[in-house]
Amino acid sequence: MIPAKFDYKRAKTVEEAVQLLKDSDGEGTILAGGHSLLPLLKFRITEPGLLVDISKIEGLKGARIEEDRLVVGALTTHYDVSKDELILDKIPALAKAASVIGDLQIRNRGTIGGNLAHGDPVADYPAVAIALDASLKVVSEDGEEDIPLEGFVLGPLITSIPETGMVTEVSFELPPAHAKQTYVKFFHPATAYPVVGVAVIAGVDENNEIDFIRVGITGVGDVAYRAEEVEDALEGQTPSAELIDEAAQLAAEDGDMGEDLFASEEYREHLTKVFVKRALKEVLL
Amino acid sequence: MSNLVNVTVTINGEERSAEVEPRMLLVHFIRDVLGITGSHIGCDTSQCGNCTILVDGRAAKSCTLLAVHVDGSELITVEGLGTVENLHPVQRGFWEEHGLQCGYCTPGAMIASIELLAQNPTPTDEEIREGLEGVICRCTGYEFIVNAVRRASEIMREENAVKGVK
Amino acid sequence: MSKLVGQRMKRKEDPKLITGNATYLDDLKIPNLLHAYILRSPHPHANIKSIHKDKALAHPGVVAVYTGKDLEGKINPVPTSWKVPGMNLIETAQYPLAIDTARYVGDGVAMVIASDRYAAEDAAELVEVEYEVLPSISNQKEARKEGAPQIYDEVPNNTAFTYIAGEVTDADIDGAEVVIRGNYSTQRVAPSPMETRNSLAQYNPGNGELKLYVGSQNPHIHRMVLSEVLDFPEHRLQVKVADMGGGFGGKIGVYPDEALVSYAAIDLKRPVKWVETRNEHFQSANAGRDMMVDVELAGTKDGKITAIRVVNHANIGAYLATFGPGNPTIDFGLMVSGPYKIPKAQVTTYGMYTNTMSVDSYRGAGKPEVTFMLERAVSDFAKEIGMDPVEVRKLNFAQKEEFPFTNAQGLVYDSGDYDKALDRAVEIADYEKLRQEQKMALGEGRYIGIGISSYVELSGFGPSAVAGGIGFQGGIWENSTVRVHPTGKVTVFTGTSPHGQGHDTTFTQIVADKLGIPYEDINFVFNDTKAVSMGWGTYGSRSLAVGGNAVALSTDKVIEKGRIVAAHLLQSEVENVAFEKGVYFVKSDPTMRKTFQEIAKAANFAWDMPEGIEPGLEEKTFFDPSNFTYPFGTHIVVVEVDPETGHVEILRYISVDDSGKIVNPLVAEGQILGAVAQGVGQALWEEIKYDEKGQLQTGSFMDYTMPKARFFPKIEMDFTETLSPVNQLGSKGVAESGVTGSIAATANAVMDALAPFNVENISIPLTPEKVWRAIQKGEGKQ
Repeated sequence: MIPAKFDYKRAKTVEEAVQLLKDSDGEGTILAGGHSLLPLLKFRITEPGLLVDISKIEGLKGARIEEDRLVVGALTTHYDVSKDELILDKIPALAKAASVIGDLQIRNRGTIGGNLAHGDPVADYPAVAIALDASLKVVSEDGEEDIPLEGFVLGPLITSIPETGMVTEVSFELPPAHAKQTYVKFFHPATAYPVVGVAVIAGVDENNEIDFIRVGITGVGDVAYRAEEVEDALEGQTPSAELIDEAAQLAAEDGDMGEDLFASEEYREHLTKVFVKRALKEVLL
Repeated sequence: MSNLVNVTVTINGEERSAEVEPRMLLVHFIRDVLGITGSHIGCDTSQCGNCTILVDGRAAKSCTLLAVHVDGSELITVEGLGTVENLHPVQRGFWEEHGLQCGYCTPGAMIASIELLAQNPTPTDEEIREGLEGVICRCTGYEFIVNAVRRASEIMREENAVKGVK
Repeated sequence: MSKLVGQRMKRKEDPKLITGNATYLDDLKIPNLLHAYILRSPHPHANIKSIHKDKALAHPGVVAVYTGKDLEGKINPVPTSWKVPGMNLIETAQYPLAIDTARYVGDGVAMVIASDRYAAEDAAELVEVEYEVLPSISNQKEARKEGAPQIYDEVPNNTAFTYIAGEVTDADIDGAEVVIRGNYSTQRVAPSPMETRNSLAQYNPGNGELKLYVGSQNPHIHRMVLSEVLDFPEHRLQVKVADMGGGFGGKIGVYPDEALVSYAAIDLKRPVKWVETRNEHFQSANAGRDMMVDVELAGTKDGKITAIRVVNHANIGAYLATFGPGNPTIDFGLMVSGPYKIPKAQVTTYGMYTNTMSVDSYRGAGKPEVTFMLERAVSDFAKEIGMDPVEVRKLNFAQKEEFPFTNAQGLVYDSGDYDKALDRAVEIADYEKLRQEQKMALGEGRYIGIGISSYVELSGFGPSAVAGGIGFQGGIWENSTVRVHPTGKVTVFTGTSPHGQGHDTTFTQIVADKLGIPYEDINFVFNDTKAVSMGWGTYGSRSLAVGGNAVALSTDKVIEKGRIVAAHLLQSEVENVAFEKGVYFVKSDPTMRKTFQEIAKAANFAWDMPEGIEPGLEEKTFFDPSNFTYPFGTHIVVVEVDPETGHVEILRYISVDDSGKIVNPLVAEGQILGAVAQGVGQALWEEIKYDEKGQLQTGSFMDYTMPKARFFPKIEMDFTETLSPVNQLGSKGVAESGVTGSIAATANAVMDALAPFNVENISIPLTPEKVWRAIQKGEGKQ
């Protein structure tokens, strides 16, 4: 349970970090809070030649509004996400997801950028992120680009981040002001990971018809997904328990269920429907 | 070969510094290099929290940090809380309420409790139980730890003194 | 008279532990220390074709690499210490490092010694082992079948032993009005002390002494067994236990690892330390339980239990652990009738070798398993005949006037009042009202369950003649020395081995009360074979009942010797001198007095001793109790099951336990609480899983669920007090009561909640998916 040897460099700026990655010839990995990376290093699942520590780079923390999106600095800790007033006001589901990650020690050190950049299948944020068309601002030797989260995660711990790239910001679509939101999860009893985590952001118009609906699901498979079939079944409808019950039956249609010692594929599919139903009821009824 | 790097920290009020391998875990740095052994390793995988210390006033698991990571930081371990003659309210709470048996998880559990009370100075029992998610104790069944944290909260209010936490 | 015994005293141990002043083994600062890393087999069963260690040896910092072949003939196999007469035990050799064949995932194949733990782990990756994978098996029932992979040539059908206790005929079962047949098995779990196992050996070539620090619950047993394993003279081997972070049975066993570290320290003439990782703990620390139990319980329609017949397939792992053969046969087999007057009982136990880690004692060691079986069966019996589970229990309990009570297997229970504990639990629970609330909740679509479990367990083993009779390779008495210094301060030596239980506090309460001296004037020494002449350690809830009484008896002897000295100095007759509150005085003239401190000085100086009395004030006791003690109690659990997810929430937990005389209620409550959490953990979450071939699937706390604070409500706890007649204090064991009562109570509650779904018996742990599946299946049948 000791990492294999590596070199270590601390970057003071984003540019310096990118340069260090470039100079490492593919050996470099970004170290931020370390709470996604350290467990992999200790199990020697990954053995990078160089860690580029970005945790001291200034200006990568906190949240702000930029046009119609909420932008959160990559080094913002889970604790700060859970308490940030702007986030609590605009995307409370994101704050709620942050507040139920791991435990209080982990929330103090883990960062939103590190969490999403790793493509960890059992993370909480992706449910909210995928629901609100999150994108990652990635700076690499080729410059700066916004990469949508949808499609960024290719598999468990596998992403399409460029070799010399680092995530500096995460941005989220701002839901309409009248939308209500939640994030609910079924805790893995050992790790507190989401066996299933569901984000629902939904609003109804003056005719009591659903005019905004986003359902994001994490934890159940390798990659978080939007439950588009559920959204389609609800869009334009008047909320009712029956409607939600029916729509929730479609919750697993857009995702691939995984399987582990704790929960089989069949059980995960079932739990997904249950938690989608519960989240929808909390928001819409 | 990896380079050695200098790590300088202020630990329990004292500045200490050493050249270490970049891969050295913070918990090993504190225990093996600095010889301050109150913080323990219980699981290696970031569940048990027995290695919890304060890093710049905030609770963190020292087995899931590298020593280089906290270069320049202020660290507090159990040794920096209170002395036998002048116990920290959390230490008093654990003693008075029998919040420990073998004592192995206790340093980390107490520091996690300090963080818990910093975030929520008057927690309900349910909030204490949720706040202890990052603490695994095999001896107590947790109930007397819950009592200990509640008692510490009372003492803190009585003393109106919270130290070690921003 | 009694001042401290019975009080909720804060523990003496704690100031050290809460200020970071404790010294656990890995905290010891030893110069010139080397670090060991044990490379373990990744295969459940494999021949070792070759091991190449050159690359590892060339790694910077590496001092030595040992393989099983290197050690062949130099270290003896590690033996078991419990060989029950009549079990036809086939012992196999467990070499500290596998020589030709590795038999479980975690079997040691090489040991790397290096200058620091980083170098040792790095170098271990460079050891090249070529394996030939062999057929393997993890399930003990399958292992007994014809054609199953064979683990040893000399063990047909992998059956290490067969033990039959008691006799129940087919007629006893088939002729009964009601028969409950079921499988009530207890799954494999990990003791999981927060401090993993470890050892540190120092050898002094100058005087030939070996000092071994080891995570042990019984350092004297370690000394005795290791002196054989290492062929090392027992009197030159010192075993010490540093402050220790829990044991729960997992540190009873003498393991290969401490033998290896000792060997390396002698061979290299440098101190060597090994600290187990948590992942290693799952591989190579003795596991608990793993008994597959099939039951036939016979009774009458009006609720009398008439016979019980049990077949227990006990998984003992690839090698016999220190107490491994005793738990399923003696602790389980002889307690099968529990607190009930069941006329006939029979247990057939098959001890099965499999390609898994060894199984040894885990908190309760056989008693939680047998109680789980019995109490699940009794509740199912109650359900079958339509009787309330409380009523069925009361109908069959041994009655308090029947003690000493002889159970179906011939064990004699010392004392008991089972109705009293049950009635108290029922009262706290407000049972009738609970049942009404349960009905109302069901009307609202909520599935509440009420579970009950009554138990009796055996603790405080004794006398030693019985140990011999049941094949326990040692004594089960306990030793104490009370040494009074010239100033009247007292050092007490005990052969028990506290590691969280608070003996320092509770034993001090006993001594301080007797001597009438300040609590602070008493200090304890334990966990060091050089300081304590002999002892049998801390397990089986024996420390207070046996060790505490040994301390009490030595203290009495000190008082009596002091009385002789006092009488001499006061020029009185011994029988005319009284001792109260730390003062000896002449009964007829209390102004004629000597304090305990004055007598301590007088006895130690010995200027003026009575005729024939030796100097000094120090007394020793070897206390061999006349019988076991039998704690008992009843637990009631209320749960709510979420039928959509299968999640079980504990709403209420009521425990009423009887441990005889309680010395420190705070400490006793702590023992109950910790043990309840372990029992509930077994019922709902914890499980070591191997695949069918023996590949370990749960290697960390990421996939082995340790109970956490948020899983529990506040426990509603009470005690009844029925004194034990077999020791001076009237105390019984307390440490294993909570776990013995809790597993079945929790499982019965879940099964009760699921009754509306007509579910079949579900095996523990009752994880959400299992519960959900049972509901699906149950509903489908309706």
